[in-house]
Amino acid sequence: MKGLYFHIPFCRSKCPYCDFYSRLPDDAMLDAYTDALCDEMSTGTRTAAFTENADLSFDTVYFGGGTPSVLGGERLLRILNEAKKAYRIAENAEITVECNPSGVDEEFFRQLAHGGVNRISLGLQSAVDAERRQLGRFADKKQVEKALKNTQKSGITNLSLDVMIGIPDQTIASLDETLQFCLSMGVPHISAYMLALEENTVFYRRRDRLNLPDEDAVCELYLHMAETLTKNGILQYEISNFAKPGFPSRHNLKYWNCEEYLGLGPSAHSFLGGKRFFFPRDTDGFIKGDCAVFDAFGGDAEEYLMLRLRLTDGVRFADYKERFDSPLPDGFLKKAHAFAGQGLMTLTDEHAALTRNGFLVSNYIVSELL
Amino acid sequence: MKIPKKHIRNFSIIAHIDHGKSTLADRLLELTNSVAKRDMQQQILDDMDLERERGITIKAHAVTLYYTQDGEEYELNLIDTPGHVDFNYEVSRSLAACEGAVLIVDATQGIEAQTLANTYLALDHDLELVPVINKIDLPAADPDRVALDIEEIIGLDGSLAPRVSAKTGENVEEVLKQIVALVPCPEGDDDAPLRALVFDSVYDNYKGVIVYVRIMDGTIKPGDTMRMMATGAEFTVVEVGKMAATSLNPAKKLCAGEVGYITASIKTVRDARVGDTVTTAENPAAEPLAGYKKVNPMVFCGIYPADGADYEALKEALEKLQLNDAALSFEPETSGALGFGFRCGFLGLLHLEIIQERLEREYDLDLVSTVPSVIYKIHMRNGEVLEIDNPTKYPDPAEIDFAEEPMTDAHIFSPPEFVGTIMDLCQERRGNYKGMIYISADRVEISYDLPLNEIIYDFFDALKSRTKGYASFDYELKGYEQSNLVKLDVLLNGDAVDALSFIIHSDKAYGRARKIAEKLKDNIPRQMFEIPIQIAIGGKIIARETVKALRKDVLAKCYGGDITRKKKLLEKQKEGKKRMRSFGTVEVPQEAFMAILKLDEQ
Repeated sequence: MKGLYFHIPFCRSKCPYCDFYSRLPDDAMLDAYTDALCDEMSTGTRTAAFTENADLSFDTVYFGGGTPSVLGGERLLRILNEAKKAYRIAENAEITVECNPSGVDEEFFRQLAHGGVNRISLGLQSAVDAERRQLGRFADKKQVEKALKNTQKSGITNLSLDVMIGIPDQTIASLDETLQFCLSMGVPHISAYMLALEENTVFYRRRDRLNLPDEDAVCELYLHMAETLTKNGILQYEISNFAKPGFPSRHNLKYWNCEEYLGLGPSAHSFLGGKRFFFPRDTDGFIKGDCAVFDAFGGDAEEYLMLRLRLTDGVRFADYKERFDSPLPDGFLKKAHAFAGQGLMTLTDEHAALTRNGFLVSNYIVSELL
Repeated sequence: MKIPKKHIRNFSIIAHIDHGKSTLADRLLELTNSVAKRDMQQQILDDMDLERERGITIKAHAVTLYYTQDGEEYELNLIDTPGHVDFNYEVSRSLAACEGAVLIVDATQGIEAQTLANTYLALDHDLELVPVINKIDLPAADPDRVALDIEEIIGLDGSLAPRVSAKTGENVEEVLKQIVALVPCPEGDDDAPLRALVFDSVYDNYKGVIVYVRIMDGTIKPGDTMRMMATGAEFTVVEVGKMAATSLNPAKKLCAGEVGYITASIKTVRDARVGDTVTTAENPAAEPLAGYKKVNPMVFCGIYPADGADYEALKEALEKLQLNDAALSFEPETSGALGFGFRCGFLGLLHLEIIQERLEREYDLDLVSTVPSVIYKIHMRNGEVLEIDNPTKYPDPAEIDFAEEPMTDAHIFSPPEFVGTIMDLCQERRGNYKGMIYISADRVEISYDLPLNEIIYDFFDALKSRTKGYASFDYELKGYEQSNLVKLDVLLNGDAVDALSFIIHSDKAYGRARKIAEKLKDNIPRQMFEIPIQIAIGGKIIARETVKALRKDVLAKCYGGDITRKKKLLEKQKEGKKRMRSFGTVEVPQEAFMAILKLDEQ
């Protein structure tokens, strides 16, 4: 079974660190965009070059953005219902909607839950209001708390919070405040990203004036967070993702397991039949019917290793052999052994994986291994 | 139809860099219909891309022009000269082939270092000078003042100098008239034994070496056995002729007074060196022409392929360049740090840069070069004298009695307001002040004895930037002087990196060491462990920096869209590693080598 992704390229405001594709919408635009997604699902014209003979059965659906909650419950459900009509969506599918804590009420979550949505990912970033404001997030801690409670009241308990580390003014103490908030709310999943300064963002331009923790401090924050969450039963399963047992994101695991997925919407990427393709970053173009374009062939051994090594499970030798019909190259194992000696990897008879310190330099390690 | 000797004029054009030599040459070609308009590229004579870009002539070229005046046809042989001090010897041979020289002075800039240096050279060869004031089309042109300078500084009648714009062509015909009027016709006896001066030689894929000559005495024709008097090498002449702007025109013979070319299936320009005398085996001359000298490289550096697999390609490229460049020397060298490469010798820093650029551009090679060095004379306690051009061969200081380094006689020309700045710079470069004269109200000449090794790093760049480009500079080697030298070693993670060692005056060792340590720190990427950078004299560490260990190199977010991008990123990272050099366990990018060559840049 594959994953289905909808990119919702709209935001009420642009965060200063974000280079994701989004724009400010009006109602007409939101309707037109919803129509376009539904049109694509029913006709398949935009992806025709890649979906011929493809079995479009999905057991995860993910609304990402941008800010999907900007669409409102009705439009989101219209899209979901069209997906159920056009494709085969498994009974027990994981259906996630990313939400911004501001601008969502109890009714919104009740509506989503009723329509079949069973997982909500909320952008918390930080539980310290001053830190949140610097990130351009204007809901205060109370509003976030309320949004969370509303979600839980609606019956959706599979919740994820986004947390950022390495943000301006952050200290171990202020990070603890954020982590304690997450733990006190009882959420089963946390995604914790290290801030990356992307070019063409306000943060990038102002980088010299921001009180950003240095490289070593960010590493300390990361290790502290991983330890704290683990101690409290929220276990690391990917470089930036933590969950109670049974709660890892099934959709996102498809990316890291090198499995197939279909992504619809501008700048959404897909991987089907060995090909990676994507829609250009052009919302009007997507609405008008512009087609997806070929990106690259995917799924080779290098890509598989690169992705699997993001997981705490790492690479299982048996899985690799089954997938590629050959054992891992000797060079890989030899180097992995050396990294294990430096405490950056763990190596058993069955698998190879990165340690937490290894994750911190994973680009280096993976570029050495491949 | 043969033009009589009295209607032949052999001349060069001499000028400071950028004063418009090549542009004037182009106009002369046009005016004499030597080149069809449609073939006219800008600056015909500078036919290498590099020459056109840098606005300098690297090699001499020659061309024969036919000019009719008052119904009489004249043969004008224009012998172009290289425009840089690195090629002074080649300039002197070109001038020796002439009876006159057109001296161009820029109407906006006046007389510069090379204007004077070339004037003295021309006067040494007893040439008749034809002054020309160029660039009169520019708003800043001050031809009256420049005419006065010509009178006062050079001692020529400034009122005779045609005022021209080579760019627009204005008044350029006057230059031709003055050449005919002022430059004497050549002399020489057609029946005497052959003596022909080689003023340039160029390798051609089809003809072998084309030897450019000025016939002083005698004649030469195809079938003759030519003999190079310096080397004794003999060849059967295949073809002789004259140079047109874009082709070679074969002739039956070349006679005394004429300028032309000879081909004889010669395989390398080292067999027909500039300055040598050609005679014939049948009727050899008793004495060669005066002034031959084998040019010797003065600046040396190691050149290594960035990718060791390119060693053979680099070797072939150097061999090809050497076919056409008798002054370039190279021999295989092995560095513990850089692997297999070549120790190369050059006439000067410009020559070095040109060769490096040609290797990279024309042969598509990625190179790593070591710090340039001059030849030091090391007097050992046992009486032996070693000539060291490679820091790795520097002997144990305990066995050294004393060391000598090459000194230059340097002249800097500048507007007076920069005198202080220039003196500071020369002082920093261990210069020994010799004197200063006002050559005009707004031009001074400052003379210094400067050690060659202080010039070869970046002296010229520093001079230009500190004087906003106004100062010009010229130098010649004047011999060796005793000096207090030390060898600096660079240690990365405790291991000495031979390719980074260099020899320096002890007064400058500490400052230089600190700068190098800082530069290396900035240019060596963090690696999985801490890397101490140490600079040492013998066993004594005099500067130290540390590259901290890599802690964080991670893409935190990786979802569907990122995967291809992420893969490309990793591939780039891998590519980058390939371009790095491993020293023991430390990986050093090429940029680090470059950075320490340009220490003065901020």
